[in-house]
Amino acid sequence: MAHDHDHSHHRDHDHDHGQEMPDTALRVKALESLLVEKGLVDPAALDAIVDAYENKIGPRNGARIVARAWTDADYKARLMRDATAAIAEFGYSGAQGEHMVVVENTPTVHNLVVCTLCSCYPWPVLGLPPVWYKSSAYRSRAVIDPRGVLRDFGLSLPEDVAVRVWDSTAEIRYLVLPERPAGTDGLSAEALADLVTRDAMVGTAKVAGP
Amino acid sequence: MNGVHDMGGMHGFGPVTPEANEPVFHAPWEGRVLALRRAVGAWRRWNIDAGRHTIETLPPAEYLRLSYYEKWFESTIKLVLGAGLVTQRELETGRRDPAVPVATPPLTADKVLPAIMAGGPTLRETSATPRFAAGQAVRARDINPVGHTRLPRYVRGRRGTIECDHGAHVFPDSNARFDGENPQYLYTVRFEARELWGEAANPADAVYLDLWEGYLDVV
Repeated sequence: MAHDHDHSHHRDHDHDHGQEMPDTALRVKALESLLVEKGLVDPAALDAIVDAYENKIGPRNGARIVARAWTDADYKARLMRDATAAIAEFGYSGAQGEHMVVVENTPTVHNLVVCTLCSCYPWPVLGLPPVWYKSSAYRSRAVIDPRGVLRDFGLSLPEDVAVRVWDSTAEIRYLVLPERPAGTDGLSAEALADLVTRDAMVGTAKVAGP
Repeated sequence: MNGVHDMGGMHGFGPVTPEANEPVFHAPWEGRVLALRRAVGAWRRWNIDAGRHTIETLPPAEYLRLSYYEKWFESTIKLVLGAGLVTQRELETGRRDPAVPVATPPLTADKVLPAIMAGGPTLRETSATPRFAAGQAVRARDINPVGHTRLPRYVRGRRGTIECDHGAHVFPDSNARFDGENPQYLYTVRFEARELWGEAANPADAVYLDLWEGYLDVV
């Protein structure tokens, strides 16, 4: 179990290239083989879990929620009142999104989501978190210097826009409802969903127009 | 515990560096770690809070050096050893102890999506009434538990305002040590940025945390 070579190139704010770490890959393979041999895990179930998060559960889910909220006032009202139920209307629910809250960006309020204690993130609507969300840099600074973090993403907010940081350290998971960009009046919900990025739903970006 | 994982407000980790077109996994083993963790978790020998605590109790230098999925991997080893699902000798040899019967996995491929969709809700019924109400001033308690807690250091002793309550949720501090779910009311609390970080903070800014009743005192 010991790591006997230098991993100093491999900080968590750097890119997480597993091919640089053959020992980890081999150790994971060894543990998987042992757990399968003991009948503790089903290899087909492992494949199904990887497939779910690589191909089925990702930020496209959240983008559909946002686009619907932008185009359907009744849906938006349900979403703001009980996000878990409104998100479940789309069939998105469960692990790391059992209890959802949506926070809305406006011209005067900007919301940003973090988990300072680990890396809690709303999986059913955004999929697995990106490396930067899990990095020490983001987790440490988002609460003390949110405006500086936003500048790292190329977003400079005016001083009179209030920044609300949501440190999601309990089991409530947060999704940011970004502002609908100008010039999108005629777009369908599907076309709008194509504009909505993962970062905009975490709060580190705004949604750009078409 | 006052561990290195509790890093809200720390300096020195540098800028945030987003990666363009980031893949879900950077190598296949990362996906296997996620999958192993979920699949072996289906034996229900531990809970999410105990799982988090095994990550927090990695040695601090290791915690900072390891990537997210490396931390999950190391903690999964600790969990399967601690639960007796795997012995140290099996781990070292990579071979099953032939004296132990082969088990039947609780999580099969057909159950994966339903299990993900069901998740693990932490809301619990309670006959208790909430101690705090929206708009009420509170202070996060200045406590330093040596075990698992979800009360970050940077709000301890600070004044905030109750935003809303979310009903009673499993209390992680006791659940992590297998000492019962002990559900308590969970509140969203608003802390002004200036209360947390001083006069240099923007007076319009605030940080919101979801805190259990036991973390809070009346002002």
